[in-house]
Amino acid sequence: MATKVFMEALSPTMEEGRLVKWIKNEGDAVKSGEPIAEVETDKAIMELVARGDGVLRKRLIGEGDSRPVGTLVGVIATADENIDALVASAGAPAESTPPAAAPAKAPESAPAAPAPQTQPQSVQPTLAPTPAPSGDSGSVVRSSPLARRLASDKGLDLAHVRGSGPGGRIIKRDIESASAAPSAGAAPMRAPASGNDFDDIPLTQIRKTIAKRLSESIGPIPTFYLTAEFDLTRATEMRAAMVEMGDEFKVSINDILMKAVATALAQHPEVNSHWLGDRIRQHNRVHLGMAVATPDGLIVPVIFDADRKRMSEISREAKELAKRARERKLKPEEYTGSTFSISNLGMFGIDQFTAIINPPEVAILAIGASTDVVVPDADGEDISIQKRIRVTMSCDHRAVDGAVGAAFLQTLRRLIENPLMLVF
Amino acid sequence: MAKKKPDAAPAAAKQSDADLNRELLHSMLLQRRFEERCAEAYALGKIGGFCHLYIGQEAVSTGSLSLLRADDYIITTYRDHGQALARGITPRAVMSELFGRVDGCAHGKGGSMHMFDKSLGFLGGHGIVGAHVPLGTGVGFAIKYRGGDQVCLCFMGESVVNTGAFHEALNMAGLWKLPVVYVIENNRYGMGTSLERASAIHDIYERGAAYNMPRAQCDGQDVFAVRAAMQEAIDRARTESTPTLLEVRTYRFMGHSMSDAVSGTYRSKAELDENMKRDPIALLRMHMHEQKQLTDEEIQKMDEEIKAVCQDAWDFADASPEPPLEALFENVLVDTTSEGLGSSV
Amino acid sequence: MAIITYRDALNRALREEMLRDDRVFLMGEEVAVYQGAYKVSKGLLQEFGEMRVVDTPITELGFAGVGVGAAMVGLRPIIEFMTWNFAVLALDQVLNASAKLLYMSGGQFNIPIVFRGPNGAALQLSAQHSQSFESWLAHIPGIKVVTPGTPYDALGLLKSAIRDDNPVCFLEGEMLYNTKGEVPDEEFIVPIGKADLKREGSDCSIITSGKMALLAMQVADQLAKENIHIDVVDLRTVRPMDIDAIKTSVDKTNRAVVLEEGWELAGIGAQVVDYIQRECFDSLDAPVVRVHQADVPMPYAKNLERAAKPDVAKTIAAVKKVMYL
Repeated sequence: MATKVFMEALSPTMEEGRLVKWIKNEGDAVKSGEPIAEVETDKAIMELVARGDGVLRKRLIGEGDSRPVGTLVGVIATADENIDALVASAGAPAESTPPAAAPAKAPESAPAAPAPQTQPQSVQPTLAPTPAPSGDSGSVVRSSPLARRLASDKGLDLAHVRGSGPGGRIIKRDIESASAAPSAGAAPMRAPASGNDFDDIPLTQIRKTIAKRLSESIGPIPTFYLTAEFDLTRATEMRAAMVEMGDEFKVSINDILMKAVATALAQHPEVNSHWLGDRIRQHNRVHLGMAVATPDGLIVPVIFDADRKRMSEISREAKELAKRARERKLKPEEYTGSTFSISNLGMFGIDQFTAIINPPEVAILAIGASTDVVVPDADGEDISIQKRIRVTMSCDHRAVDGAVGAAFLQTLRRLIENPLMLVF
Repeated sequence: MAKKKPDAAPAAAKQSDADLNRELLHSMLLQRRFEERCAEAYALGKIGGFCHLYIGQEAVSTGSLSLLRADDYIITTYRDHGQALARGITPRAVMSELFGRVDGCAHGKGGSMHMFDKSLGFLGGHGIVGAHVPLGTGVGFAIKYRGGDQVCLCFMGESVVNTGAFHEALNMAGLWKLPVVYVIENNRYGMGTSLERASAIHDIYERGAAYNMPRAQCDGQDVFAVRAAMQEAIDRARTESTPTLLEVRTYRFMGHSMSDAVSGTYRSKAELDENMKRDPIALLRMHMHEQKQLTDEEIQKMDEEIKAVCQDAWDFADASPEPPLEALFENVLVDTTSEGLGSSV
Repeated sequence: MAIITYRDALNRALREEMLRDDRVFLMGEEVAVYQGAYKVSKGLLQEFGEMRVVDTPITELGFAGVGVGAAMVGLRPIIEFMTWNFAVLALDQVLNASAKLLYMSGGQFNIPIVFRGPNGAALQLSAQHSQSFESWLAHIPGIKVVTPGTPYDALGLLKSAIRDDNPVCFLEGEMLYNTKGEVPDEEFIVPIGKADLKREGSDCSIITSGKMALLAMQVADQLAKENIHIDVVDLRTVRPMDIDAIKTSVDKTNRAVVLEEGWELAGIGAQVVDYIQRECFDSLDAPVVRVHQADVPMPYAKNLERAAKPDVAKTIAAVKKVMYL
């Protein structure tokens, strides 16, 4: 039984792929799961793997050719199997839709060939609270019929509820505990009371009016900007002390900044939010996007649960992600799902700039270069030189008011200027 | 213990009563003409399913049922059109049942194999070979239980005698002395298997010995012979509450059912032709002709009348509505209890 | 109120109904002189005589048919099978005669008959004598199938069955005959087709019937000690089935275990689960779990027999499973 090789949807938004390189030659034996070609998606270069055992009998497109998702691009079969009909059928691309990749029909079949996902990532497949059994896509929220009914009655979005049943199934008790929890907005430091990954906040009338009026005033995302300058003296001292302790403790100022931002975000879920049009989704987990410049353009890999990671972990992950971004080796799940992003152009000597919000996020922090500034002493009798840095936060006014943004920056200032708090 | 050899059924008991003979002839001719139209209707698709014709055996039904009282009971097999007509279910009701119409004697729910009429004590044609013999026995039990003097005639083909149900039922009837006449219409073939190839003994009325039951054998093509043998059996049941096993030797002129060949692998055309020389209707006509009880004109007239009755039955059935769809869920259960009140459900 | 055995409850029902209606008679193997293989008919021959309490030869197919024939012409037979295992021989009369005559005759012949006897496994009777026939019989339109689990239900339901103008298959239990329960002194009946809530609880429903209702009550009592409260729905009649009672309970508890004595495939439980998914879909917090006999002929050896039968432990495990415990 021959196995068809299709152009698969290797990123959530991919509609077409360019076959960069055949890894296997015609006549090579292949095993199911083994990479047979590299395919450039709209975001990265991904491996196309064999879906069956046998011999790669036919390569139907050449290196550099682009084909829509679902096109037959090769045939795997036993060495002596007649594949003429299959090869002939490749001439009729309209028919060569891979059965497993029909997105509308079979979301469950996603593991075989990830279905294009047009919606923003409402659930993080890799972050499912209870690992879903293999063969089941993380994008399916399992829930009991009763849980669905109760959630609907209470206006809860099941996507926010952590399932405690088999396979992560959301059951009655999960809904009860989710709806019993107090609103996350009042929660103390990084303690999402609901236990959910995020909470949806219904829009109040005033919020709706603000959103509508400001959108009319300035484009679809009514953005305003808050700029602050932070003293990096202690951060610099801390970094120096860590460098002294040895290479393994070496972190960058940027790593410290990221840790601080993540920590501040956990205390300000209003900023760590998504604007969903009819509601605001406040995330209780912090997934920090970091803009990385690559030769092909900007990409924003994500440090998941950055607020819960130690600085060393953030540092290591940031380096690794940046490296692979530049190599175009990021997997789709590595660059989707951020709840807040930062962009640092300090290394390019930019003192201060404004960044464009990455929707549905509601804010982004632009970080400039650290500069030495001459500062007078408190009594004005002496001067000293301080390292300082300017950050500008772009805020979506539909979700974030000026005072809210300012409060976030206040927290951030406290953390950056007193970096020991980051280990508290 | 009564035990009659076939020739012991006195042919001399032939009726001299011309009126009675005319009734017997009418009954048999009605069955014949009616079933000829059944064959036609089956070929036209107006009758569906299984359809087993009785042609050739009419002397058995007419001879037997002509002796019954109105409060007696009859229970029979799926080859039941002849007995239904002989008992007095109207040709219209039987034909409507065959056509699957609401005016059928089971309102279109039984069909060819399942004719019923409670008001006539006609307890149905039954489709599982042998299974109705215990039922007939139970009717006999009920008669005895109530202390009545009714009789139950339980008709069956000769192949029934090899079933367990037959054995179990006749044993109890013999044991308990129930007023049942077990009438074996030995038409020689159970579907396509001859009696000789199915039963270890060939004079099957002898099986009655196993149940300590009076038994007899008679000529089933001679309506007078049937009546004579049956009269004894009925009297025995009615007055002595004693069952009888009566083997009536007859012959099926048609195939087992409409979908079977009349002759072929299991019986020869020659055998069929030979047996058809003893057509029970022809034998009665000949007798009446000899006795000058019936002119050719009278016969002609009777035949025409009967054909008209059959045409009327056909037309009536054709015009009768199909059962309403709500009938689908009716008659599965009754909603009454022994008090005649709505049931507890 | 008196506390009597299930056996005596049946005996009382038979006697009361035979006194009440002289069309009622009892027929079967060993019902008369021997006083009943399980002594259910004790004393009846002496009281009612041999025409109304009739010993038969060992001939299930035959006497079941005799009963149907008698019912066709107005009597109200009670046919006792020494066990339902033997009634398989008479299945043709139950299925092809009793259940169909009303329909085939276009409503002319109803069959007021009761087929009764012990059903299911007793102890170490091995494969041919330990079978449960609820689902076999319940499959048939045109009959009712009653499975009382307590003396009260046995008495009240047998009286209803005898008075019913339809064929009723009445499934007793050899292991039930000696069980005791409270029964009112005054006359009463229990309607066919109505379930009984044998225990009330809000955590999980156990839907069951007949002998298994006793087991379900034990399960409920044991789990109550763990503060788990079970709604025990004793169907009592499996055809027609009290769907409302199932729905009410499952809508309340959101979880169900279906417990039956017979085999799994096409068992009564399969039908109950179908009703639940149809009627209670939006109430379910967990897939329904079934407890039933192992899918094997009943073995003789004690340990194997125990392993094959549904029991308290298996049922508790099922409850905990649907409760995600």
